[in-house]
Amino acid sequence: MNIYLPIAEISVNVFLLLGMGGAVGFLSGLFGVGGGFLMTPLLIFIGVAPAVAVATEANQIVASSVSGVLAHWRRGNVDFRMGFVLLIGGTLGSIFGVWLFGFLRGLGQLDLAISLCYVVFLGVVGGLMFIESSRALFRRRRQSDTRRKLHQHHWLHGLPLKMRFRRSKLYISALLPIMIGFLVGILAAIMGVSGGFIMVPAMIYLLGMPTSVVVGTSLFQIIFVTSSVTFLQSAHNQTVDVILALILLTGGVIGAQIGTRFGTRLRGEQLRILLAVMVLAVCGKLCFDLVVTPDDLYAIGVAGAL
Amino acid sequence: MHLRAVFIALAVMLLALPGFGQTPLIADLSEHQIQITTGFVGTDVLLFGTVDPGSNVVVVVRGPEEQTTVWRKDRFAGIWINDRRMDFGRVPSFYAVRSTAPLDEIANETTRMRHGMGAEFLRLNPEEEGSSAQEVAVFRSALIRNKQRQGLFASGGDNITFLGGQLFRTRLHFPANVPTGFYDVEVFMLQDGRVVHAQTTPLIVRKAGLGADVFFFAHNYSALYGVIAVLLAIAAGVLAAFIFRKS
Repeated sequence: MNIYLPIAEISVNVFLLLGMGGAVGFLSGLFGVGGGFLMTPLLIFIGVAPAVAVATEANQIVASSVSGVLAHWRRGNVDFRMGFVLLIGGTLGSIFGVWLFGFLRGLGQLDLAISLCYVVFLGVVGGLMFIESSRALFRRRRQSDTRRKLHQHHWLHGLPLKMRFRRSKLYISALLPIMIGFLVGILAAIMGVSGGFIMVPAMIYLLGMPTSVVVGTSLFQIIFVTSSVTFLQSAHNQTVDVILALILLTGGVIGAQIGTRFGTRLRGEQLRILLAVMVLAVCGKLCFDLVVTPDDLYAIGVAGAL
Repeated sequence: MHLRAVFIALAVMLLALPGFGQTPLIADLSEHQIQITTGFVGTDVLLFGTVDPGSNVVVVVRGPEEQTTVWRKDRFAGIWINDRRMDFGRVPSFYAVRSTAPLDEIANETTRMRHGMGAEFLRLNPEEEGSSAQEVAVFRSALIRNKQRQGLFASGGDNITFLGGQLFRTRLHFPANVPTGFYDVEVFMLQDGRVVHAQTTPLIVRKAGLGADVFFFAHNYSALYGVIAVLLAIAAGVLAAFIFRKS
């Protein structure tokens, strides 16, 4: 059963879209990640224009983070104060990102910029995660136990505008979360990801937040950043396909529930190593596409679209 | 076959017209409007008509013109990057040609050039001067090749069939990615390699139903569309959290 997507302007099988939503939702439930970094490349592979894929995926992430944050909120795992500071940076970043998106599109380099961003960020994050989780797995086998400090103090803690974050048990400069939010906002606009894979490590390692509040707080600010991206992309570039987003999130919600149930059966390190391998696989595929000689060196684009 | 029934009915009507035999070329389409609905996967439109005996027929279909950019990729530090560009103004977004026999057998070069019979005879010129003729030729053929790959430039073929010596018909295919807008369907009657009669029939391709409404809304009320997209997503998220609350 095919459906004609009004903004993407292509005809796609509904069950393929539902299946993609379900599969990515399953993985995101399993690993506790947004899944945008998998869905956006998948949409591009099936022929959705990169501009539409990125903007539509931001719309879908709004829905999945809302349902996610409600669960964390009930358990009191959201640091709202930190969330608000992060989203100041995030909103500014998304405004800049959407502008940059339009600029790159005008230059004809948007596809390249999206691919390069993916390769760099997925490569770095996947690599680090792989090393860290394989070490953790190794350490656990050795049964050794070292006590660690709550968090490290370094030059970043010397910045001005200090603020107290009670729930995160932190007293740090507000500039730090604003900067992190800004970076993630840009990524959300250009890559169509929630940026959780950057945000979560940054909150743990740079800010030193306790792991328990990291995911809820990250999801909380992702809602606002991706909402802002959705709005700006609609208003500026008319690239959000509501029909596509609704089909994807229907599959995604169901997949995520199944994934969450499977996730509780696996150990943390095993999960992270699996996730790292998957991230590196997507990175490798995109890298290969950039390097391999294309079938046709010439491509066409209509003015004002991709 | 639905189209065949239409064709026969209309052909009978044509033959029954009082003035039949005096007008050398009459042609029409089974539909003058293609609606892109939610379930659209492409469609066929039947073109039929009559000509004087012993004539050949060429049909040229053109979609609305648009500016199209051709990019050439070059390798930088191992990565393929869009490097050279050439903008072509007034490129038909859709193009198809049909004929009763191979084009080079029934039309001379001047005729083909004048009426754009065959993609290689379309007037595709870069907007900016200054590129060598050889370079333009390479980019132009790349443009045609890409359009053909997208199914938007249908390569011709002698697939207009005659029924008897006068009645002709052909099936025009429009793929799922057909651009919207006003199309011109030109029907030429040829004798001795030259056009002796021509007729242009309009065809409209437009979005219809829910998809059309969404598209219209997205482009005319962009900001409101963005707000609604966000609210829909929030509602869907709350609904999902509510449904799976117990688990």
